[in-house]
Amino acid sequence: MSILVVMEVVMEQSRLTWHRMSWEALAAGQELGRQMDLPVAAVVLGQGIAALAAELSAKKLDKVYAIEHDLLAGYTADGYTAALAGLAAQVNPTLVLFPHTYQVRDFAPKLATRLGKVLISDVVRVRLEEGGLVMVRQLFQGKLNADYRASGAGPHFASIQAGAYRAEMVEAGSAQVETVTPVLEAAAIRVKVGAPFRESQRAVDLTAAELIVSVGRGIKEKDNIALVEELARVMGAELAASRPICDNGWLPMERQVGSSGQTVSPKVYLAIGISGAIQHLVGMKGSKAVVAINKDANAPIFEVADYGIVGDLFEVVPALIEEVKKAKGL
Amino acid sequence: MKILVAIKQVPSRDSQLRLDTSGRWIDEADLASEINEPDAYALEEALQIKEKHGGEVVALCAGPARASQTIREALAKGADRAIHIENDDLGRYDLLGVARLLAKAAAGETPDLILTGLQSDDLGYGQTGVVMAELLGLPAATIIMQVEKTDAGIRVKRELEDGWFQHMDIPLPAVLTIQSGINKLRYATLMGIKKAKTKEVKRLTSVDLGIDAVPNVSLDRVYLPQRAKQTTFIPGSAREQAAKLAEILKFEVRVL
Repeated sequence: MSILVVMEVVMEQSRLTWHRMSWEALAAGQELGRQMDLPVAAVVLGQGIAALAAELSAKKLDKVYAIEHDLLAGYTADGYTAALAGLAAQVNPTLVLFPHTYQVRDFAPKLATRLGKVLISDVVRVRLEEGGLVMVRQLFQGKLNADYRASGAGPHFASIQAGAYRAEMVEAGSAQVETVTPVLEAAAIRVKVGAPFRESQRAVDLTAAELIVSVGRGIKEKDNIALVEELARVMGAELAASRPICDNGWLPMERQVGSSGQTVSPKVYLAIGISGAIQHLVGMKGSKAVVAINKDANAPIFEVADYGIVGDLFEVVPALIEEVKKAKGL
Repeated sequence: MKILVAIKQVPSRDSQLRLDTSGRWIDEADLASEINEPDAYALEEALQIKEKHGGEVVALCAGPARASQTIREALAKGADRAIHIENDDLGRYDLLGVARLLAKAAAGETPDLILTGLQSDDLGYGQTGVVMAELLGLPAATIIMQVEKTDAGIRVKRELEDGWFQHMDIPLPAVLTIQSGINKLRYATLMGIKKAKTKEVKRLTSVDLGIDAVPNVSLDRVYLPQRAKQTTFIPGSAREQAAKLAEILKFEVRVL
């Protein structure tokens, strides 16, 4: 009976460090540990991870598991799944939490399946209710919320959405490190993984922009991009886009904001025809002010908007171009 | 290469969603449907691989009777045949249950490659491909942006976070989840639409597959999210809204 939080490690400038979302998952674990009165342990996997484990030992935890093996030096779904399935068998946790990262999406469903369980993915809140745990997640790209309940004996698995819990809520303390040597065979790792790379140097740095005009699916056609381009020009803003616009080749990938693009925090983020799927929101919700123009009053973008205009962008944007020109004396 | 593509029918993107009376799902009456967008990219990738290397593309879809429309569209675009796991009450299955249905049907085909979209636009679990792979004992890779055939299997380009990528070499058979934007989607041609009518659609039920719904996760309640932020909505005509917004940008946020 315990809660396990699986921390994610990333390589940055050839040294191992934490994926920032790991701390958010750990904060969730500590909060649930208090509510459920269960011991909480953190898990780190890899090779040469003693320093990372030591860092975890200064947190309020009942234990730190350091799963150390040469075959875990680089991430593979096969290696991680085997190592964590072994630990789960040994510890028999009630609940296993992960940060909902790309890497977790790659192996956590596999791990849960191996144990005959279901991972509840991309969870925004975990609540303790009579009769068990309720996990809240979003449906239809954030348009609706849903309560999920995991029944039966554990372990239950959940991955925590970016920003759902706050990393700075992680409590300090002290914990013992237990180094675990998993049983892994090279032949069991079926894929060969190359080193991470970037396509090219980014020509557009949106992270430094003070003003961003961003466009989404609502623009309908490539030829209409010129309209928002004109607005960006008169405002003196950088032009950005949600993923589908870049997928269609209407704007280059380097102008994409979101989990697979850039993370921005301008003074004003003007979202035009963007519905506000979570993959987009994680890239811009740090903006000081968010303005959204969308025809659907229920679009999730309004969840994060300070100012909202419900209307037809093809009427509002041309009018806005004129008004901005007037305001700037152009 | 024999490629199986798992596709899903979802409510159209612009749908106005209403909750049903049970409060556990949406009211699906009068709701338009379409293929889940990432699955459309998975289908396109399968068609392109077949065009380059030969073989067969089989579309696999679990859903109610109306999903046959989405299956027809896949056949019209060029899939050779299809399998429809017909079930009007898939909501009784949790994601592991649905993946079991799909995996069982897939196993009967012994494909070289299984493709599916990285996530669905309705439930958005982002897990079906990975869970199928584990059930079938196959290696998997997720969020794939490129697939190339090699002597030993395939080489894929996997998307990582923040604009990073990595290559992976994977032996076949394998399962890949495809990212939107990997290719350019084709439209069905008139000829394709005509041909689709003569293509085979095999219907299977959960009874045929021998897989019952024994969920260990249940969806208890669906509801509108609570607004976390106080949004100031600007009323009026488009011209009035634009004028007010310009004023806010100039005098309140002070960026003009």
